[in-house]
This record gives sequence, C-alpha cells and structure tokens, in this order.
Amino acid sequence: MAEHASIPLTIEFTGGLELLFSNQRKHQVELPSSNRSPNVADLITYLCDKLMKDPRKDMFVLDGTVRPGILVLINDADWELEGQETYQLQPRDEIVFVSTLHGG
Amino acid sequence: MAPRECEICQNNRAQILRPKNHARICAPCFTALFEQEVAETIESSNLFQPGERVAIGASGGKDSTVLASVLKTLNERQKWGLDLVLLSIDEGITGYRDHSLEAVKRNAADLDLPLKIVSYQELYGWSMDQVVAQIGKKGNCTYCGVFRRQALDRGAAMLGVGHVVTGHNADDVAETVLMNLLRGDLPRLSRATSIVTSTPSAAKAKSADGKVTMTNVKRSKPMIYAYEKEIVMYAHHKKLDYFSTECIYSPEAFRGSARTLIKNLERIRPESILDVVKSGMDMARLVPQEQGAVPEEVEMTGRCGDAKESGGEMAAMERKLQQDEVAATNGIGVEIQLPRSSKNDRELGSAHAHSRETVALKAANDHPDGQNHDRDQLAPVTLPTRTKMKQKPAGRGAEKRTLPPKQKLGQCEKCGYLSSQAVCKACMLLEGLNKARPHTGIEVG
Repeated sequence: MAEHASIPLTIEFTGGLELLFSNQRKHQVELPSSNRSPNVADLITYLCDKLMKDPRKDMFVLDGTVRPGILVLINDADWELEGQETYQLQPRDEIVFVSTLHGG
Repeated sequence: MAPRECEICQNNRAQILRPKNHARICAPCFTALFEQEVAETIESSNLFQPGERVAIGASGGKDSTVLASVLKTLNERQKWGLDLVLLSIDEGITGYRDHSLEAVKRNAADLDLPLKIVSYQELYGWSMDQVVAQIGKKGNCTYCGVFRRQALDRGAAMLGVGHVVTGHNADDVAETVLMNLLRGDLPRLSRATSIVTSTPSAAKAKSADGKVTMTNVKRSKPMIYAYEKEIVMYAHHKKLDYFSTECIYSPEAFRGSARTLIKNLERIRPESILDVVKSGMDMARLVPQEQGAVPEEVEMTGRCGDAKESGGEMAAMERKLQQDEVAATNGIGVEIQLPRSSKNDRELGSAHAHSRETVALKAANDHPDGQNHDRDQLAPVTLPTRTKMKQKPAGRGAEKRTLPPKQKLGQCEKCGYLSSQAVCKACMLLEGLNKARPHTGIEVG
C-alpha cells in the first residue's frame, strides 16, 4: 500500500459526545501518518490532542482507552470485530463514536 | 482473522458483536433478533391483553425512542391489536427537558402515535427549576422521582390507560440490583427486578363504570432483558432520532458508581449484565411479599441522581411515619422474658412510657431504676416491649415484616392518590415547598 501523507477519514460523534467536539457531529479529518500506518489508537490520541476543544478528556478516554460505555463503529461495524485499537485505518474509513452514557 | 460473515444468514458481513453470547451478526439479522426477543419477553410474561390501551413513557431518550418504535412494529407484526399512545412528562427543566420534548414530538410524528405531555407545573404548580431554586440541588432528585411517579399515573388516568410501559433496560436493572445490594435494601431490589409492578388495586377490576383511576395503573418493562448497547445499536441502524444529554441537575453520585462498575464489568465479561439481572430476580424471590405494600417505587430511568440513593431521606421519612403509626398502636415486637412480680409490672408500665428499647432483665441490681425486686423464680412471663426497629436501621424488609398488618392502602386525603398514610408523599413534599409559597395548592383530579 502506497504511503499517504495523511489519511482522510470521516469521524462522527453521537450520544452527547459531540458536545466535547465543538458541538459538531461530523468531522472530516486528515490523520497524519508517520512511517507506519496509523491505527485507531493513533486516531484516538489525535482526536484528544487536536480535535477536542473541551477540557474534559476523561469523558472520552479513560486509562488509555475509550471510556467504557462509548461504542466505536468502524465502517458501521463494531470495532471489536475489527481488532479494536489495532485496526489499521484505510483512506475514507468512517469511524463513529456513540456514547451510551445518558438517560433513556 | 475472525470469520467475517453473519452467523445467522452467512450472507452479509458481521457488524454487531452481541454482548450476551458473543454472536457476530449483520445489522438486518440483529434488528430482527432484537425485535423478536422483546416480543418473546412480552408474550412469555403475558404483558398485554389484546386490544389493550397502553401508554409508552416517552422521554425522547434512547430507551423510550427504541421502545416506542419496537412496540409499534411488533404491534402490527404480531397483531396484538394494542392501542398505543406516547406519554411524556415535562418536569420543567430548562435546557434539558424542553429539548428532549422536541425529540418526543418528532417520534410521535414519525411513528404516527398520539402524544400526551403532562407537566409538573400544571399538576403541582411547581416545575423542577422552581423546586431547585427553592431547595437547592440536594434532595431535588427525590422530589422529581416522587412527582414523576404520580405524574405518569395521572397522565395515564387522563388518557384512560391502565398500563404504562417504560424503557428500563438490563443495564438499568443491573445497576439498581447492585446499588441496593450495596445498601442492603432487598425489598427495593426485588421491585426493580420485576418486569411488572402494579399497585394492588390494579389487580382488581377497574371501577364499576370501567374508568381508569390513577390508583390502579400497571407498569411494565418490556426491554428488561435488552442490553443498553444493543438498544443504542438498534437505534443507530434503524436511524432513530433521539435526545442524549444528562439531566443538568443530576449529580454523579451513587448510581454513577454502580454504573461505572457495570460498564467495566461489561468490558471483561458482557454476559455479566444479564447474569446480575437474573441473580437479582432470584434474590427477589427470597423477599417475602409485603401485605398491602405501598407502591413507593420511585420512577427513575437510568441517569437521574437517583432518588433511590437519596432514598435514604425518603426511607428515613417513611421509617419515621411507620414508627409513629406503630407507636400509636403500641406495636408488638421482640418479646423478653422477665421474672414476674408486682414491682416489675409497675416498672414495665413506666418502661413503656419511656419507650426504652428493651426492658431490663433478670437480676434486681441490673434494673435501670435501681429497684429491688423479687428474685423469685416464678413462672416467667413474656411481656411486650418496644421492638428493636428504631435502634437498628436493618433492611427495610425487616421493618415491613414487623409492621402491624393493618397497614393498608388508602387514598391521600388531599389529592386522592394511593397512599398508606393519610397524606401521600407528593403532597407532603409539596406542603414543604408551598410553605414558602402559600398561594399554590395541588390540583385534585
């Protein structure tokens, strides 16, 4: 696979998470890639450092991983089926973060 | 790499990993399975009667949105012939409920179901914003829970509906089981795990003219076995529109700890959630049925700063009321053997008046009044004495068991709602609130 300078991704936040990201649900992200292909863990780090405008990081990540209660979908499939954080991102992948941590 | 196809249809790619059994299935198979399981829960518990009028407690949140959608779908598919209506409660919380009500209205339009909104303001003359302004943020959730329970029943009565369904899911119930386990409140735990909770009068027929009153509304939780994760996935794949924000007044308190525990547990062993629910149901079977139990289950779904936790305050208030009633009827409790003598009888008379916990026993020098009495080994006599209830805040079940059986359900003299006391909880709370605002009263009927 040819190296890309950055990987274009569509990121969506729902279930209240959008509040942490400038109240915007959909984001087009260019994930910078180093000499190796970035995975979801890298994406999460990038989102926390660069995209999250809200200081409450622990509403999104806890103990180095996505907070329990937040579901992650990679191209509309549960990330547990795709290798969770180790899944290697492809251009134009769609990643959705859905929080379940709210009243029903 | 793990197999990519759906385990059921073997055709589409697997999109969902089911927590309860690790099955890997595609979205269409998942939605079908989810609906089927809810249908099974409903049918195996005989939740509905054909042609029944049922109100769906709708908040605009994920659970009630999915519940409404699933029930509508199943009603048509299974031909239950139910008359479904959405019932929403407006607590009057600006920035929270006003937004979620917009979501409920959209639901009603999408599903083509009638919607009734009942507000605290119209029922009680107090919105939650006003309550919080009055009493602050401590204990406000207690008020909201008590008010909501009555509001749902009243709303149902206004609609002529005898059955309200709510979107409680397995995670909610598991959290409640854990919370009450940690607090040693078995009776409350058992109520949380029952799929149907009805006031005793609901079991009876409706009034002679067939009218539904607010005192005989049945409640049930059709999604009690559904994982919260799956509810969210269902909504996602069906593109259901719901509202998702925490109530602005909810403190992240005790329920939050139980929730964190459940979520962490789900990570390592997702089956645990349903296992906790089932364990809770087993534990519930150990709780003796209370005679004429008051339906004080406070209405909560999920994320409220739970009144069950500030249930300490409600529990304390209830205990006090129960004890007052017991004191009035001279409750019988622990029996103590005492050598009989005339002096003892006199002293016991005074002991009653003092309401001491236990009467002194045996030897004369032990007697608290320092009185000398016979050491005759006369036939010991069992004597009534104050129970240990006051001393030990044991599980509430223990208190219920020792209550005089004549505690029965009546009606609040102020508003007519169900209560074992002369004045129901909601009216009591309102009295407190209204002391600072004398021109407001509670509506009757």
